[in-house]
Amino acid sequence: MMIQNEAKLSFLSKSANESFARVAVSGFFMQLDPTVDELTDIKTAISEAVTNAIVHGYRETTGIVYITLRIVNGRTAYVKVRDTGCGIPDVKQAMEPLYTTAPEEERAGLGFAVMQSFMDTVRVHSRPGKGTAVIMTKSLRTRE
Amino acid sequence: MLKLIRGQDRLTAAIIGEIDHHTARRIREETDAVLQQDLPHELIFDFSGVTFMDSSGIGLIMGRYRLVSQWGGTVTIAGAPSRIERILKMSGIEKLARIHPIKEEEV
Repeated sequence: MMIQNEAKLSFLSKSANESFARVAVSGFFMQLDPTVDELTDIKTAISEAVTNAIVHGYRETTGIVYITLRIVNGRTAYVKVRDTGCGIPDVKQAMEPLYTTAPEEERAGLGFAVMQSFMDTVRVHSRPGKGTAVIMTKSLRTRE
Repeated sequence: MLKLIRGQDRLTAAIIGEIDHHTARRIREETDAVLQQDLPHELIFDFSGVTFMDSSGIGLIMGRYRLVSQWGGTVTIAGAPSRIERILKMSGIEKLARIHPIKEEEV
């Protein structure tokens, strides 16, 4: 993986920071001159991952959400969203569409499905009691 | 921002701005307060002013569908811009709500 640029940000797991994360992430990837659709896809995937960290990772507690942004291999956007929250006991089950552990929050259970549909690759590393990291990549089209 | 327009047996909820987990909470609370008071048979979400939506918007529609179904009501999504069409389609929400491409005034 050839890293051409990198930025890191961290913020408290407050829901008001969901829009901050989207703005920061789009600001970073603007240098790749993405299409509106590409940027919308990345923003939506980020929003899902950050919301998962806030709603599921930290639940009723407040912790720190860490985001690493990279531009790799020419025109690939790399995003890592990490929390040090409760972790996911069964990642495979958590990634199933419509599965949710927070129906009272009206989570549709589509977070991972959206990430998988809007990004090229989605990897999830999680350890119960330690936290979760979601790593996503998306290759952007070459602009003329 | 949320604008609630009460009509004859109908409530239109016009959402302007972003729908995420943070903003969905207020939209849900304010919409439900009026829905539970009026019990309208038609809930129309006017999405023409929505600039961003993640799966929290799907949860919002699903939850309101469950609520108005209790008294036989329906949910319509009107004027969704193309940038949020993809998430609406992938969610399969059209099984629960009618998706109308044009704005409510033009229906």
